[in-house]
This record gives sequence, C-alpha cells and structure tokens, in this order.
Amino acid sequence: MPEAAAPPTVEDAVALGLTREEYALVCEKQGRPPNQVELAMYSLLWSEHCAYKHSKKLLVTLPTEGPFVLMGPGENAGAVDVGGGLACAFKVESHNHPSAVEPFQGAATGVGGILRDIFAIGARPIAVLDSLRFGEIETSERSRYLLDHAVGGIGHYGNSIGVPTVGGEVYFEGPYEQNCLVNAMALGLGEHGRLMRSAAAGVGNVLVLYGASTGRDGIGGASVLASAELGDADEDKRPTVQVGDPFEEKKLLECSLELLERGLIVALQDLGAAGLTSSASEMASKGEVGIDLDVAKVPLREQNMAPFEVMVSESQERMLCVVEPARVPEVLELCAKWEVGGTAIGEVTDTRRMRIFDGPELVGDMPVQALVDDCPLYDLAPARPDAPIYAAPPATLAAGADPRAALLALVGSPNIASRRPLFEQYDAIVQSRTVRRPEEADAAVLALPDGGALGVSIDGNGRRVAADPYWGTVGVVLECASNLACVGAEPLGTTNNLNFGNPEKPHIAWQLTEAVRGIADACTALEAPIVGGNVSLYNEGATAGPIYPTPVIGMVGRLPDATSAGRLGFAREGDAIAIAGHFHPALAASELHKLRGEPLPDGLSPVDLDAVRAAQGAIRDAVREGLVASAHDIAEGGFAVALAECCLAGGIGATVDLGDSDDVWTHLFGEGPGGFVVSGVPDAIAHLAERVRVDVVGVVGGDVLSIALAGERHDVALAEVRGAHRALARFFP
Amino acid sequence: MRFGVLRFPGSCDEVDAQLAAARVGDAVLLWHGDRDLQGVDAIVVPGGFSYGDYLRAGAIARFSPVMESVIAFANHGGLVLGICNGFQVLCEAHLLPGALLPNANRRFTFRQLDLEVVSTQTAFTGACQEGETLSIPAKHSWGRYYADEPTLDELEAAGQVVLRYAPAQNFNGSLRDIAGVRNAAGNVFGLMPHPEHAVDARTGSTDGLRIFESMRLAVEGARA
Amino acid sequence: MRARVLVRPKAGILDPQGVAVERALPALGFEGVANVHIGRLIELDVEDPSQLEEMSRRLLANPLIEDFEIELLEGGA
Repeated sequence: MPEAAAPPTVEDAVALGLTREEYALVCEKQGRPPNQVELAMYSLLWSEHCAYKHSKKLLVTLPTEGPFVLMGPGENAGAVDVGGGLACAFKVESHNHPSAVEPFQGAATGVGGILRDIFAIGARPIAVLDSLRFGEIETSERSRYLLDHAVGGIGHYGNSIGVPTVGGEVYFEGPYEQNCLVNAMALGLGEHGRLMRSAAAGVGNVLVLYGASTGRDGIGGASVLASAELGDADEDKRPTVQVGDPFEEKKLLECSLELLERGLIVALQDLGAAGLTSSASEMASKGEVGIDLDVAKVPLREQNMAPFEVMVSESQERMLCVVEPARVPEVLELCAKWEVGGTAIGEVTDTRRMRIFDGPELVGDMPVQALVDDCPLYDLAPARPDAPIYAAPPATLAAGADPRAALLALVGSPNIASRRPLFEQYDAIVQSRTVRRPEEADAAVLALPDGGALGVSIDGNGRRVAADPYWGTVGVVLECASNLACVGAEPLGTTNNLNFGNPEKPHIAWQLTEAVRGIADACTALEAPIVGGNVSLYNEGATAGPIYPTPVIGMVGRLPDATSAGRLGFAREGDAIAIAGHFHPALAASELHKLRGEPLPDGLSPVDLDAVRAAQGAIRDAVREGLVASAHDIAEGGFAVALAECCLAGGIGATVDLGDSDDVWTHLFGEGPGGFVVSGVPDAIAHLAERVRVDVVGVVGGDVLSIALAGERHDVALAEVRGAHRALARFFP
Repeated sequence: MRFGVLRFPGSCDEVDAQLAAARVGDAVLLWHGDRDLQGVDAIVVPGGFSYGDYLRAGAIARFSPVMESVIAFANHGGLVLGICNGFQVLCEAHLLPGALLPNANRRFTFRQLDLEVVSTQTAFTGACQEGETLSIPAKHSWGRYYADEPTLDELEAAGQVVLRYAPAQNFNGSLRDIAGVRNAAGNVFGLMPHPEHAVDARTGSTDGLRIFESMRLAVEGARA
Repeated sequence: MRARVLVRPKAGILDPQGVAVERALPALGFEGVANVHIGRLIELDVEDPSQLEEMSRRLLANPLIEDFEIELLEGGA
C-alpha cells in the first residue's frame, strides 16, 4: 500500500470540481480539512451529478403524487400500480459524457446502470428504450461513428442480458455535435408488497458487496489525489471509461431477485456513479444510521489500490445489500451459486457517521448528513435571452421545391426516415411479452399476466424546446401521452431526463426553469405524475455552445386488453382516413423549416391542454373499442408525413383531399400537439366524431400516396416513398 | 409429454422456451450444474448468451454437467431440440454436424423470417406440410451455418437439412441457406430462428408451435 | 511455463471481420494491405506443456472452423 500523500489542498478540491466556498464548508462540517479519502468522497457526493445542486430546488416543483404511484422520486426507480397485484418500476437516466468519449461502452454501461436501478427495487427488468441525439450524420463522420457505436453498445448489453429493447428515438441536430445525448429508460415488473427500498437499517447488520471485482474504472478525475509515486507513466492504470459486462449483470440480476424473493436482505442499492461512496452513504442517509466500511475487504482486480480509489471506483455490475448477521451465510451461498462473488465489507452502526477503514486503520470519518444532505443547493438566476442562442440549421431542401419534393425530402431526412437499421440490432421480443414491436405502433406494448398490457413511449424535441422552453416542453409531454393513446393506453406515470447546458448561465437557467414548469403543468393536466428521473447539466462544448434544451420524457400507461392494442399502419382497402383531434398546425420550429434552413422562431403557439387531453381520451377509447383500424400521432413532418408513415406501415396507399387552403405548406407539413391520423370503416369513424373533432379526408387503397389540396393533386408512388424512407440504411453498412 | 429446458448462466430465452413447450405438455427447467434430467421425454437447449458467448458461442456450456447427461440421452435416442445458442451448443458438443460462425453482415440482427420446411420426415417437423413456409423470428449475431462441401452434400443427400431460409431471407450467410439441421439418427435437431417466439397470436405468428407439437406427436407415437 | 495459443479462422471460410478491417485501412491512408484475417490469442501459464495440444483441440479452438498454433515462451509464474 503506497504511503499516504501530503494532505489535499484547496487547489486539489477545486481540481475535483468543488468551489472554494464548498471546500470551506466541508472543512467546517469535518471540523478540520478533509483527508484524501474524505475529499474524494465529498467531491463526488457534492458534484452536480450526485447532489443536483442546481436543479433540486426546481425538481421539487414537479407533481409526484397520484392514485397509481407506489414509489416516487428518491428511490432507485419509481413505480406505479398496474393492476393484478403488480407494480411497474421505471426510470430514465443519461450517460451523455461517457458516450461522447467511448460510445459503445458509454451506451452499454448506461443500459447496465438503469437496469440495476430497476432490479435494485425488486422488479424484474422487462424492457429498455433509448433516446439518442447526435450531430448531423449526413455531414459529420464523428456523429456517424457515435451513432453506429452507441447503437451497437445498447444492443450488445440489452441483447446479452435478455431484456428486450422495445422502443426509442434518435435525432440529429447541429447543437449535439460536440455533446451527444444517450438516455436509457428501463421498466420492470414486481409484486406490490415486495418492492425493496434502499434505506440501510438495523444497527449491527452486515453490508455485503456482491458482483464484479473492483478496479480503477472511472477514477480518471480523482487521480489528482493519487500519491506522488504514481506519476504520468501510470496513466494507463486509470481508465476513465467504465467497461460493462452484461453476462456478469445477468448473474447479478438473477442473484438479486432470488435474494429478495427469499427475503434474505433488508436493503439493496446498486453501485453506479461514484460507486461505493454514493451507495453506502445514501443507504446510511435514508436509514438515518451510520456505516463502518473496510476497503481492505473489497475484492479487487487491480494491485495496490489506495483507499480513496476503492471508494470512488465506478467498476460496473456491483450491488450492496444489508443483511441480518444470521442470514449472511445464506446470502454468501446464494452469491456463490450464481457465481457473483459476495463479501462482507462493513456494518450498520448508530454513529450517523461514514467511517472508512483500511484494515484496522481509520482512513476516513465523515458525518452522513454532511456528505449526503448538506451539499449547498443553488438558486438559478434565469434570464430570457435577448438574442438567438442557436445558429439556423443549414438548408438542405432546394428553395423552389414543390410539396411532392418536400414530402420525399422529409420522409428521407435523418430525423424522420425509418429507424429499422437501428432497431433490427435489438432483440425486441425476449421474455415473450412484446405485443407491438418497433414501427408497428406509436408506443411499445408489453403484455401483462392478467390479459392487460403496458404501453410505453419515450419522446423529446430539442429544437421545439429551444424555440419555446415552456410550450415546447408541454408539447413533448403531450406527444408522449398521444403515443400511448394510439395504442389504447392511459398514462399512469412519467419519468424525465433533463439534458441542458451550463445552468450557471442565465439563459440556460431560463430554459431549465421554463422546461420544468412545462413538465409540471403538462403532467398535472394529464394526471401522469413524475415518479423519478435524472438531470444532466453542463452539456456544452467550449467552442460549440450549448445543446438544445432537451427534456426527454418517458411515460408508462395501461390498456385493459392486450389484443386490442392499436397499430399505426392502414389495414384495409376502402377504410376511411380522417384527421382527428385538437390540431392547430404551424410551421414554426417544424422539420420543414429545418430543411429550409429557417432560424428558430421566438416562441411557439400556446396549446389548450384540456382540449388535447380530451382528444387523447377519445382516440384511446376508440382504439380500445376497435372503432379505428389504425391510429397515429401527427408529429415531425406534419400530416403529410404521418399519412406516408401509415401507408408504409400498412403497405398500402391512400387518396386524400384536404379541400381548400390559404396555406398549403402549413396544411401539409405544419406541426403541433393534439392531431391524429386514424382509419377505419366509415360508420366507426362517424362514431368517433361524436367525441372529438374528426375530418374525413380520404380513403385507403392503391399503391400511390395521393394528396389533393387547394385545387392541386400531388402523387407519389408508395415504392418511391419507401425508397426515401430507407435513408438511414447507408449509415449502417 | 414432459419437456426439460436447460438453463445455463447467461441463458435468455429459457423461460420463453418453457412457456412455449408448456402449451403442448409439461415443461421444467434443468439447472446446468445438475446431471439429473428428471425423466423428461425431450430436451430443449435454449437461446441466449450462455457464459457470455465467451471463447466461442456455446463452447463452455457444452462441457457442463447437464450436457453430459444430455449427450447420453441423445445417444440413446432421446429427442433434443437446440434453438439459437442451443444449436451452437449442440454443434460444439458434436451432437450435430457443422458449426455456427459470426453473421456475414457482422451485426446482431432481429427479423421475422420465412423458413421453408425441407423435410417433414423428422420428429420436429412431422406436424408440418412439405414445402410449407413457417414465419419465425431470428435474433442473433453468430448464426452463419458452416460445414465443408462434402459434409453439406452428405447432409442434403441424407435429408438432414430440415429448414432453409426462404429466398432473400438469409441475413447471416448460412451456406446453402441452411436454417436447421438434424443428426443422422434424426433425434437431434438444431435451428437458429426461435420457434418459442412464434407460439402466441398476441405477440406474432404461431407457426413455431408446430415444432413443439411435432415433438409431442413423435414421443406419443413412440409410446403407442 | 508461459504458453500462447493463436487461433485463426481456417483458410477458405468467409471472414467478414477481416474483410471489414481490410477495407477500413485504405480509408486511413494505408495502401498495399491484403488478406486480413482476425483470430484470437490465448495466453496461459501451464505446468505440463504437453497438454496444450489437447486443450486447444477440445476447448480453445474449434478444429472444424479454426486452426491453432502453440508457442512456448520463456518464464511464466
């Protein structure tokens, strides 16, 4: 074991990301300057990532209660009641910065991390969805590389561990070029009464660490604390990238679920960001207890790891549980059966202190409350920007292009084209629950044992939120619920990942504040409370500026009958086609305007939340009752693109007449929440009109997509639309 | 009719296979460390990533204690169905000829495929029609079937090629579009696509049920 | 004794990984590269080197599709 270095200084603290004031506060809490182990732990627990310093005051304004909520924010994941005695646990998390460094492992370990959060509360993971954002792949080789490898990483991890990836989204915009976004959402099923909390309890109980051995993964930044003997030549000993092993996690998952099923443990927590430091400290904080932990007992895969390294290591696939002393032998035996090494490394105390030992030597001693709860929280100083923050996107559509050309350009644009080359790399069916696979419906549908099903969607739109952080965000939440409505699902709960730039800058603080207000109002109106989520800040490059403000919303809903789940594709020749809902399209911040190189507008039109909610309800009921043969939310590209998507999914054309128009472009390609394209027998569509505005516009049939508007008819062969729709295939050779 | 579905560390589709087999008979899971096959009538070696696909897919699972019993069971004429990773394990264990290589397209690919039934004269396709097409999903990164030319000729001649990928459906590059083969004795069969994921109209096609049905008919026929 | 087993795909079997690498190198400016094949390296300490042949045949390589080559090195734990 190397000699302890000289005590860390305030400069070390600053290098680790603490402010001078925060360092002074740490000294005050400790009653002395912190030593190496203590400074490492404070710097992690008081980081933005762990402490939510700049966002916590905002997050408490979100609605978190509802009749179906079983577990709200604050635990490893949230959970809602889905009937039949079952709970659905779900959450979304980001792994943005690691993915920009090493996209395969960054995305893979992102999936691994969110899965652990799900089984840490006792739910078996049943699905993954991912939300990805990169720069423009048509012009950026780096973004193509990131896309290819991130998709590969998600597939590698999800497929290997036997959890289906059932949905997701991917977008390409200039502002994400330097700061890509990789958000992973997971769902799990567990029994109500058996959901496990993470609060450590029972003085004298034993802490058991199980899973993979501990190495130097993720230590990078903390290496400033290393002793003088480890110099530059040893850089290679400190990988900054975490490497995931899905096989290890599969064993970990089965072991954890069996431990819980057999009632062998008191509390469970996964090790994620900040490893043992955050897991042990947070368990102690929730339980209002203390913990004594001996790093010498932690199984290591590297030589000569210093105590601080053991505490901050982010080696993957590890869990920490609290066990009554009498049950420890059974726990260790179960770990041995599943071939996941289990080791007793500490115990619960009544000291309310985190005490870190290295064998007999006490190397760190901190009050739990100071570590976990006393990190200063900061107020944001939001200020609406007085000048545009973002450059206009480059024009890719010729100035004089007619509607036909515009439709083909939109269908073939990276934000709209078929995602099949991506989702074919994912196993979407393992566990035999998947009722609707990607591109079959607007949301994924997973069968429940009682004959019902879950609907789940993940959505975001950075550009629209950049145009109007409040109404843009409201629109994202509404879109998620509209996607659920199209499969017949009623929302139960919501999770959110806030991806923003530097919140210390007033205009970013404004984006964040307005977006959170938008989530709060929309979730309240929809009665779909927030049950958990994640925040990723400081997503901006030194030269490139901030990302678009990107709240990513994941929503879970329930439908009573899996066999009635909706589809998006037209089903039969002769079915009537209608635009239904509360739809007021506009070209502001639309995909068409992006292709035309228009700058972002300053604001979006307000939306009547109650009217959209009522429309969603009508569509949802129509789907459940079998009134409509297909239902599809109108989103990017507006009505014409939605129509094209319905034709492609159904493999059949359509002939529609939209009548007169004084703004053909808005009519065809305008966007906004609340609109749906539905099809069905004319009588059934007429029935739907009793509950919501319905405009019958045409009929399903043929092999051409034919739209008449303002006296002109625009025809495109379905085969040509299909060809355009395959645009992403060339990025996955 | 009792099916035994093996479970290795890393198996993913074993519960799916158990659920599918349970539509046709009883189905139990058999832990890799136990040699006791619990008197089952047929063995299913399921899909997944046994042992993380370390070294080669199926290379380590093939040496597990349960596989020793399965090999003996097969040598005595017991029915053995290998699905995806299970097919890989059976080839590694030399219960089936050939080997599975990484996909020619170098990516994990999940697709609903059409498979042509080449032979109905087997315990696994007895309930199918000759020349019929089964719609069954495939999901794998290591599914390219390989054997040398003389072996392939022998397999064709002996009717051991049981399923073939329909035209334009072969994404993994399997030689001669071979999707599933049986051993010479006809009691061991392996295929890369997943019949256990084609048994429920709610989640897709039900064509895969035919394979489990065929096995039941074969076992009950042998008893009669 | 420290030993090294090199496992390579048999000649004549399609090696798409090798093909992919062969195509990627010129894009980085490396010309004159052909016949790229990708295999596997296993390194181990063995007390009885005479067992390496059987180890390789039974587990480390699949003789149906792979060739292997054993190297004995100096030293070892």
